[in-house]
Amino acid sequence: MRWAVIVFPGSNCDEDAALAIDRVLGDPVDLVWHDRSDLSAYDAIILPGGFSYGDYLRSGAIARFAPAIAGVRAAVQRGALVLGICNGFQVLTEAGLLPGALLVNDHLQFRCELAELRVENAETPFTLDYAPGARIRIPIAHRDGRYHADAATLSQLQRERRAVLRYVQNPNGSAQDIAAVLGANGRILGLMPHPERAVAEWMRSTDGARMFTSMHRYVEQQGASLAASAEGVGRLG
Amino acid sequence: MTKWRATVRVWLKPSVFDPQGHAVLQALASLGHDGVEQVRIGKSIELTVAADNRDEAEAKVRRACEELLCNPVMETYAVHVEEGAQ
Amino acid sequence: MAEVRVQTKAAAGTSGQPTPQEIREQRRYLELGLTEAEYERVCERLGRLPNYVEAGLFGVLWSEHCSYKSSKIHLRKFPTSGPQVLQGPGENAGVVDVGGGLAVAFKMESHNHPSAVEPYQGAATGVGGILRDVFTMGARPIAFLDSLRFGPLTDDRTRYLFANVVAGIGGYGNCVGIPTVGGETVFDESYRHNPLVNAMCVGVLEADKMAKGAARGVGNPVFVVGARTGRDGIHGATFASAEDPTEKERSAVQVGDPFLGKLLMEACLELIATGAVVGIQDMGAAGLTSSSAEMAARAGGGLELDLDRVPVREEGMTPYEMMLSESQERMLVVMEKGREELAFSILCKWGLEVAEIGRVTGDGRLRLRFAGEVVADVPVAALVDEAPVYDRPADAKYVQPGLTVAKPEPAAGDADAWAQYLLTLLAHPSIADKRWVYRQYDTSVRTATQVGPGSDAAVVRLPGAERAVALATDGNGRYVYLNPRRGGAIAVAEAARNLVASGAKPLAITDCLNFGNPEKPAVMRQFIDAVEGMAEACRALDTPVVSGNVSFYNESQGQDIFPTPVVGALGVIEDLAHVTESAFCTADSAIVLVGPIDSALDGSLFWQLLAGQPAGDAPPLDLALERRVQDLVQSLIRTGRVRSAHDVSDGGLAVALTEMAIAGGVGAEVTLPVTPRDALERAGLLFSEAQSRILLEVDGASAEVIVQEAAQAGVPALVLGKTGGDAVIIGGDDGVWLTLPLASARAAYEGALPQAMRAPSARGEADA
Repeated sequence: MRWAVIVFPGSNCDEDAALAIDRVLGDPVDLVWHDRSDLSAYDAIILPGGFSYGDYLRSGAIARFAPAIAGVRAAVQRGALVLGICNGFQVLTEAGLLPGALLVNDHLQFRCELAELRVENAETPFTLDYAPGARIRIPIAHRDGRYHADAATLSQLQRERRAVLRYVQNPNGSAQDIAAVLGANGRILGLMPHPERAVAEWMRSTDGARMFTSMHRYVEQQGASLAASAEGVGRLG
Repeated sequence: MTKWRATVRVWLKPSVFDPQGHAVLQALASLGHDGVEQVRIGKSIELTVAADNRDEAEAKVRRACEELLCNPVMETYAVHVEEGAQ
Repeated sequence: MAEVRVQTKAAAGTSGQPTPQEIREQRRYLELGLTEAEYERVCERLGRLPNYVEAGLFGVLWSEHCSYKSSKIHLRKFPTSGPQVLQGPGENAGVVDVGGGLAVAFKMESHNHPSAVEPYQGAATGVGGILRDVFTMGARPIAFLDSLRFGPLTDDRTRYLFANVVAGIGGYGNCVGIPTVGGETVFDESYRHNPLVNAMCVGVLEADKMAKGAARGVGNPVFVVGARTGRDGIHGATFASAEDPTEKERSAVQVGDPFLGKLLMEACLELIATGAVVGIQDMGAAGLTSSSAEMAARAGGGLELDLDRVPVREEGMTPYEMMLSESQERMLVVMEKGREELAFSILCKWGLEVAEIGRVTGDGRLRLRFAGEVVADVPVAALVDEAPVYDRPADAKYVQPGLTVAKPEPAAGDADAWAQYLLTLLAHPSIADKRWVYRQYDTSVRTATQVGPGSDAAVVRLPGAERAVALATDGNGRYVYLNPRRGGAIAVAEAARNLVASGAKPLAITDCLNFGNPEKPAVMRQFIDAVEGMAEACRALDTPVVSGNVSFYNESQGQDIFPTPVVGALGVIEDLAHVTESAFCTADSAIVLVGPIDSALDGSLFWQLLAGQPAGDAPPLDLALERRVQDLVQSLIRTGRVRSAHDVSDGGLAVALTEMAIAGGVGAEVTLPVTPRDALERAGLLFSEAQSRILLEVDGASAEVIVQEAAQAGVPALVLGKTGGDAVIIGGDDGVWLTLPLASARAAYEGALPQAMRAPSARGEADA
């Protein structure tokens, strides 16, 4: 499978994400400048962390108008996976691709630490390789990470098990301890923690690696199942 | 076309917790400012807009608010337009 | 010299400015930062009276901040060369060979005065400035460290300054995506009115691809890249050299734009990689003036600038204002003629503004044109190389203030009382856990931080190499105040020791020399002695000084700060298996003290807390022993027998041991082979800050062998006890002196800063 990492002016975790893909999977990965709208070559697209356009006005508010976001919409229609990490999550909510919004942390400070998370749904393309209910540790590093959504949206997320990760200890005042949100179609995930910073023992956690292996396994299975159904042999379970 | 001076105020919806306003409220209390009951902090954005009339100017600014300046998930806004460049 | 055609009458953009005659007669040069003697020297050198713009150029370039006129003759005492040094002082940053074809550029710089006036922006622009100094060397920045000094946290304004300096450092560093991996924060009365904010940046480059800040090649075009020029920060450089910053005009506040800083960094690195850049420099202090004059001086040539072409943010800016503006996020770039298009396309991709504003000349003059006239025409050498050098008067001998302080004796209490002393030290904000600070910094972006803040040194992996750099900052103003020479040496020794304890070989240092008013002979004596002490330690430890900065006039209301030289040290770890941290790894390890048992409380924080002021001499230091200790620990770590290591510093042995225990979540029980005569000696054994000491955690079987190896190397060493349990227990031959449960230690150590910052604040933390 082939990965794209979108680079906006002000992105700063783009290379980290690409490096993590390479370290964990060895899959081909391209850094794609934000002015490109044709993302048809990619099975998975990462919107990386950072401060796109300085996070001026609101985090992610300006990046969502980039041609690459049009490309992301098209890719999702096609069945590709989209992972928005930190600033990428903010861009996805601003773009309306994920519900809710990310506000300044309730304590008003930037917070960087290894966060403990609970895997609430291990049946998504992004969490296949985690045990259901597992507690994992992935770093956070953000100032605008307080997840907010209205009551109806929150109960819908709850009902549809789309709050995929929750903080064990809420670091920012997020509603219902939500750390990651899955899109309605199940192929977009936004999360504040940085899985690309937890892929080696010396990083103090390898728990982020399974997010990338999950996505890889999902895409490969999809490919196999598509190929299989094309031959009329039936679908993989 | 006339130049119009528009001021957009953007603030968090009443249902959204405003930690900055909360901190300022506490600071005011500790400084002895009695009777301040609520503080909400928002942004003020000033634009100079070219338009034929006030309605057109305001419509242009509202479109900017809807598309970019305000995020309706958490924010609300008000527009004030007056004649004259800044 | 050709006939002077420099305008002397009021012309475009100069109305309202005094004429050359008025500058002389009304002594207007004083407000431009020139003394009478300096002004006379300018006139003599020019062979005529300078106009307002010219006098302004001399004023800023001959300021203390730009010219180092009070410190220059003393800085020459630093060793600055060695086989590892690729670039010593004089460039935008020093560059050191770290092996494997890689080099590291690094520098530290002070932003004390701007931070005292506007802490958030002062700190943020300090970080932005040092970032640009590093990437202009062609180095990809990989880490920041910050060395901070504030007054006591019980003070309202101090909490405001502290909170906002930390937020400002994070605000800039986090946005540009460079991890802040270390530093120190010290709180002392001495810094109440004059906080210190020293920022260090470290970058990596291929050893043979260094860029330089020289304007070479007659005819090559000169560009301004980045932000537009506004009136901000005019006279920031002279402002940095004046007392009581808060009384100075506050318009000197500069505002940082980290987003633009990030774009500038990416664009400049891309530009430098094309090979079409001849010279590049940040427009930092004194803006266009210093960048153009310094770049021309390094090349031994001249520059001609057309100021009409400088992109400005405000209307009606005069040449004087354009030359002295300190608007942030601007670079001066000299390109190879004919390859300008390359620059335009790269800068355009990053959305940056660029303007060609002049060209390199061969006549050695800085010539400025504006509105059809030459508004300044002065020899570059006069501006830069011939800046005045002062051998300022210094007291013949430093009067060591701590020697006359009555040496406080602790009460001979029970074990609980001793545990209480230890708790008090652990909860002192200078020693206490700094998580409150560094969790506001992105410490792990770039995914190369193997050891972040909180250990002896930070360890950052180098891209594409199985090696890492170790980074530490150190500087104890209390020691330098008590004994400038020894204190200066300790700053270097301790910084290097922190690297060694992390598994590295020290290579070189950068420094920020923060002192009071150099016009006071006592301060000058502190400065000279401290520099000599540092130089001595640099020679002893083979760590040359490759870059640095001097900050004088750190005083307020006539009170000078503790003389505070801060050292930023760089070391290399050639095998990642040797990375060592200060947290105990496991129970049942042996604890070995490398270095002497000492009970001298001179200079200790313990004594300062008891006496209410620093007492005694600086702690003992023997540089020859220091070198042996560092060499020994380096070689022990390389044999793989060291599980963790920690330098003994503030708070002495007891604090060092407890810090290792808290960090590892493993207790310790140690017994010193001594029976103290009295409470004073017992306190000394626990809390002495005697130098050249490192605690090691090793496996039990190796401990005695290590002690023997140390003896062969001429280093005292001792097995003190072992790790385990859930308390720190320390005693001597006469029994147990204190027992401190790990939970209590942790609560004091980790709770101190958050508690201090939760104190009600009249200013509110909303602006943090």
